[in-house]
Amino acid sequence: MMNSSAGPADGPAISAEGLVVRRGGTVVLPGLDLTVERGTVTGLLGPSGCGKTTLLRSVVGVQRTAAGTVTVLGLPAGAAALRDRVGYVTQAPSVYGDLTVGENLDYFAAVLGAPPGDPDRVIAQVGLDAHRRTPAARLSGGQRARVSLAAALLGRPELLVLDEPTVGLDPVLRQELWRLFRELAAGGATLLVSSHVMDEATRCDRLLLMREGRLLAHDTPAALLAATGAPDVETAFLTLVRTAPEAAR
Amino acid sequence: MNAAARRTLATAARVLSQLRHDPRTVAMLLFVPCLLLVLLRYMYDAQPGTFDRIGPELLGVFPLLVMFLVTSVAMLRERTGGTLERLLTMPLGKLDLLLGYALAFGAVALLQAALASALAIGVLGLDVAGPAWMLFAVAVADGLLGMALGLLVSAFAATEFQAVQFLPAVLLPQLLLCGLFVDRADMAPALHRLSDVLPLSYAVDAMGRITRESGVSGRVLADLAVVAGSALLALALGAVTLRRRTD
Repeated sequence: MMNSSAGPADGPAISAEGLVVRRGGTVVLPGLDLTVERGTVTGLLGPSGCGKTTLLRSVVGVQRTAAGTVTVLGLPAGAAALRDRVGYVTQAPSVYGDLTVGENLDYFAAVLGAPPGDPDRVIAQVGLDAHRRTPAARLSGGQRARVSLAAALLGRPELLVLDEPTVGLDPVLRQELWRLFRELAAGGATLLVSSHVMDEATRCDRLLLMREGRLLAHDTPAALLAATGAPDVETAFLTLVRTAPEAAR
Repeated sequence: MNAAARRTLATAARVLSQLRHDPRTVAMLLFVPCLLLVLLRYMYDAQPGTFDRIGPELLGVFPLLVMFLVTSVAMLRERTGGTLERLLTMPLGKLDLLLGYALAFGAVALLQAALASALAIGVLGLDVAGPAWMLFAVAVADGLLGMALGLLVSAFAATEFQAVQFLPAVLLPQLLLCGLFVDRADMAPALHRLSDVLPLSYAVDAMGRITRESGVSGRVLADLAVVAGSALLALALGAVTLRRRTD
């Protein structure tokens, strides 16, 4: 059911070594190492402006990097052979407002060369069946975000990189989307999901806590709580910030 | 059908669907040049000879202006709306995207030029010595040039306000120097040389020759080739401005 394609099927889904990104003279990522295992849901958590989007863009291969390597599914990030194996959802919904939901997905499916029934499948997955003929501009913000997510699900990518996919959604929808993410991971896909809502952390297999371009922790939610003695991930984050203030600079 | 052709055609179809959802823009694209030609015809009501001389030249200029505006804003929206970044993370070649735009807006340019030339010759009584289809061919080439320049300048605009400002910045100097107002040979030598490298000069020269000379001379075809070549060059430069990796 997944795309079968080149590159070693074992090995991590994502690995970064010494990744440095500078933007406009400031260092956003000062040298980051990272591994994301296949078939997992990894949460990338951290405050606004800590470099989450820059890291995700580097994984997708649209970020100009200054040093270091990022390997995705065994290939250099951004390689042409990865373009139909990695789905990317940007923070702001990137769909055509003047086209209907169906027209948007039909077009992206044609670009990907996805099978004919794929637009209908992903529209159902994000629960927008009733809006197939609605222009994206007339949807609510949360609905438009789901169209953007649906576009990334086309062609059943092996890796999904999602930048704050649940922002602005009501609790019921958020729960449904997380259920969808778990299903996709159970089917063998790898998901890297950023969020600044710490309570979404418990739904992930692994957590990456990020602050000022550095990873404070990379662990399972349970191990993180055990190591910090904190009752929840938000407190754990604060504990880590307090105990490692120098390293974070 | 190979994959690149499929992606190019899908892109052209998508751009046309976007236009279909925006009937007001389509109406402006098709009828504004016609309206301007009608204005021109009755402006020179007492001097039909002047309309015969200027009409064809403006028939070449209007499609350029209109297509430039529409494509620069359309492409800018693609850049600022995040859809360009999404497309560049997908298996879409830069040329697939640009040719898709060229096909879609080229079809519109064709329709626009057909309407405007038919109106000018059939209804407004525009009288040219050369063949009418040549007038049409040059008008289409001008529309394509406007489109290609619009795609290119969209790379240098951060907002729609800026994109619209490129019309006076990029096209008005060409309009002043193209020989429409003053014979290019009568301009200051530096300006004459400058006008020699501006594509609109060739468009207006071609229209002038079609007005005066019967038959199709090699010079007209050469002018047409320069306009088409400039459009291709602008498209190629546009492809360079589409970067998969950005800051």
